[in-house]
Amino acid sequence: MTDRPLKVLIAKPGLDGHDRGAKVMARGLRDEGFEVVYTGLRQTPEMVATAALQEDVDVVGLSILSGAHLTLLPRICQLLREQGMADVLVTAGGIIPDEDIPTLQDAGVAAVFGPGTSIGEVAAFMREHAPQRSE
Amino acid sequence: MTTPASASGETPSAAEAGTAGTGTRLANDARAGSRLALSRLLTAIESRTAAAEEALRTLYAEAGSAHVVGITGPPGGGKSTLVAALVAEARSGGRAVAVLAIDPSSPVTGGAILGDRIRMQQYAGDPNVFIRSMASRGHLGGLAGTTAESAAALAACGFDLVFIETVGTGQSEVEVAAIADTTVVVQAPEMGDEVQALKAGLLEVADLVIVNKSDRPGADRAAAQLRAMLTPGAEPGAGEVERGIAQRARPKHPQVLLASGLTAAGVPELLAALDEHHAKRAATAQPHGARLARARAQVEGILADRMREALWATSRRASADAVIEQVAAHELDPYAAADRLLDEIARQA
Repeated sequence: MTDRPLKVLIAKPGLDGHDRGAKVMARGLRDEGFEVVYTGLRQTPEMVATAALQEDVDVVGLSILSGAHLTLLPRICQLLREQGMADVLVTAGGIIPDEDIPTLQDAGVAAVFGPGTSIGEVAAFMREHAPQRSE
Repeated sequence: MTTPASASGETPSAAEAGTAGTGTRLANDARAGSRLALSRLLTAIESRTAAAEEALRTLYAEAGSAHVVGITGPPGGGKSTLVAALVAEARSGGRAVAVLAIDPSSPVTGGAILGDRIRMQQYAGDPNVFIRSMASRGHLGGLAGTTAESAAALAACGFDLVFIETVGTGQSEVEVAAIADTTVVVQAPEMGDEVQALKAGLLEVADLVIVNKSDRPGADRAAAQLRAMLTPGAEPGAGEVERGIAQRARPKHPQVLLASGLTAAGVPELLAALDEHHAKRAATAQPHGARLARARAQVEGILADRMREALWATSRRASADAVIEQVAAHELDPYAAADRLLDEIARQA
């Protein structure tokens, strides 16, 4: 029970088609021993929230390069809270300006990983901050 | 956090583990329609917790009403896309549908990429569709070790149809046939000549064979070859009936259908064929072979777990260790060791 693999949803909300980063992250986290649900491109906030709920993930990792992060990411955090998943760790990556990070953190995004972040760094953060469940 | 005491039933092992009520609460909430509770329950089942056992005891009586359909076949054959098309078809008929999609775990790191959902994301917002990915977690045979229990939980929570999509299989991962009411083997065009269809294994457990990607060239030919190879010679001859050997296990001779998950061509016919197969089975008074096999596998699996627990219970641990050491030293043969431990367990039970 205690050594259950961490389950992570990697999703790309919004309309940009650049999924290389998300795929590299999915593959890297797989190699870290995580169970990675990959849902691919062009996900609506509702799709992301539904997948998080049905998969009962510990972490939602969002990759976004379209510039719509201030709209989409808070919406996803809000939907997660509405469906009783306030404890899920939400992280983001992609192209997100530094000045937007405080806004995203206020909305519920725990960390923003920009270009150059190593997979080991991301994995360590997720291990440390994923919710401790006792079922 | 109230515990409905009335429905707690007999849950001695859960009570011992100090989690009495959690499983029952999860089960009741899931059954009442909470998708979060259902999702948490599936996680508990995957992790084989005491709460999961408690919940499954509560739910089992209602877990028999769904039609459990196994979808198996080689990687890249279009299983996920076909399942997505089947879900759409079943939803248009108003049925509640669940999907368990299994992908392999890494034998090295334990990690997994669960990528089957990618084809099924259009159902967000439809409460009557529930899709769950499962990593195989080292289990061989095309499934995860807890797929049968997960399907039972979904069935008890009101899903009429439960699709189990296996890991992309080779020729002999046939376990899904033991837990599904109907087993569909998905093939694609250009996946081998007639000799492939002659081989023992996967095709033998099919109740239906689908040549998917019927929009591609070669699909008709593949279907014709499969039909030719799977149909003839399967009926017992008159001589066999006379000699009383017609009762031996025989391969099924599955219907071969063409479909395209991409265009949905042939999908209504496939769903109709699934329903027909299920109705035929349901019409027989006795539990059919697939259900008996599933029940047997479940009970045997739990029995093996219970035996292992009993064997390594702290009170018996030292004597069990001593016996194992004797076997390691070749002072005792392993058969005698097993008999001795079995006797000890039985005596103390």
